[in-house]
Amino acid sequence: MKCTVCKGPAVIDARRHNANFCPAHFIAHCEEQVRRAVHQFGMIDSGERVLVAVSGGKDSLALWDLLVRLGFAADGLYLGLGIGEYSDESGRYAREFAGRRGLRLHEVDLRDEYGFDVPTGAKAAKRVPCSACGLSKRHLFDRAALEGGYDVVATGHNLDDEAAVLFGNVLRWNVDYLARQAPVLPARSGFPRKVKPLVRLAEREMAAYCVVRGIDYQVEECPMAVGNRHLGYKEALNTIEVQSPGSKAAFYFEFLDKAAHRFNAGFGEEQASLLACERCGAPTPVAVCAFCRLVERAVPSRRIQVAGA
Amino acid sequence: MTLRNPKRVVEIEGPLRVHSLLDRLELNRESVLVIRGDTLVPNDALLDDADTVEIRPVISGGAVPA
Repeated sequence: MKCTVCKGPAVIDARRHNANFCPAHFIAHCEEQVRRAVHQFGMIDSGERVLVAVSGGKDSLALWDLLVRLGFAADGLYLGLGIGEYSDESGRYAREFAGRRGLRLHEVDLRDEYGFDVPTGAKAAKRVPCSACGLSKRHLFDRAALEGGYDVVATGHNLDDEAAVLFGNVLRWNVDYLARQAPVLPARSGFPRKVKPLVRLAEREMAAYCVVRGIDYQVEECPMAVGNRHLGYKEALNTIEVQSPGSKAAFYFEFLDKAAHRFNAGFGEEQASLLACERCGAPTPVAVCAFCRLVERAVPSRRIQVAGA
Repeated sequence: MTLRNPKRVVEIEGPLRVHSLLDRLELNRESVLVIRGDTLVPNDALLDDADTVEIRPVISGGAVPA
């Protein structure tokens, strides 16, 4: 297998691009895909400060590496979710990555700061763990970005993530979720802009990027996520992708191009009617935001201070 | 070879190409990487009896909407 660019020995194929790459040209390919996503969707303006949501996994570390290589001012934030050994190890990968490159990594530990972790919080709130985890992440990343003066939060959602979420939402015609599925969520009062610069890169490409760049990452699957629906959707889409390379990209990007506008017409109005959470001040459609309700269920003795009180 | 998630070691007689190995193990080539040492092994590479490779899954399920 030869590199499509230089004809040297290739180490990875990108079938949807009908291309193979040597290590150097694969890195260039990943950089180009991120550069194009940032430009195509207006994700990050020059001079803006970026906070990368870092989990210690392949996508977030590759994203951080790529943004820094492309010259963006990007710091990281790692959330300690308290998922046993998995979290301990994930934190080590994040710290090691930042330490070796002299990058700034902020850390927030859910147990230290709020008195609960994802497994106990999910149980107390009667939510599935991925739901309690996602809710906590969104809230804490928003908050850290606003408090730290960051213009934008960047997450490591890749093409497979986005295609799988779209697949799940289409299967059930979750029109509210379809309205929100975009590579950029603009900043609004109380929310920083959120961007997904890896949407043009497949999950396999991100893992390959880490191997080629010598980035050590958490390979093990989150024990809370094992068997979840999204894993099944990804496998289903990959079965189609093998038969018809480019299917995942067509599914997602054609949705953005041809269908997304049909679902997001009322999205702005819904956002305009948000209130400030009585406990923490975060934007919410009801009096107390979902994160504060989760905290109060997980730790009944604890009530978050009213913002400014 | 070493397979991860869950971790297990399987011995398979060579020589055979990477894509044949994945077919034999009924693994989707979009869902894994084959790694020898710290280097990626392309799909058309020939593995022989002496090779030790890791087959690493690339799919993670923790992604939630931003």
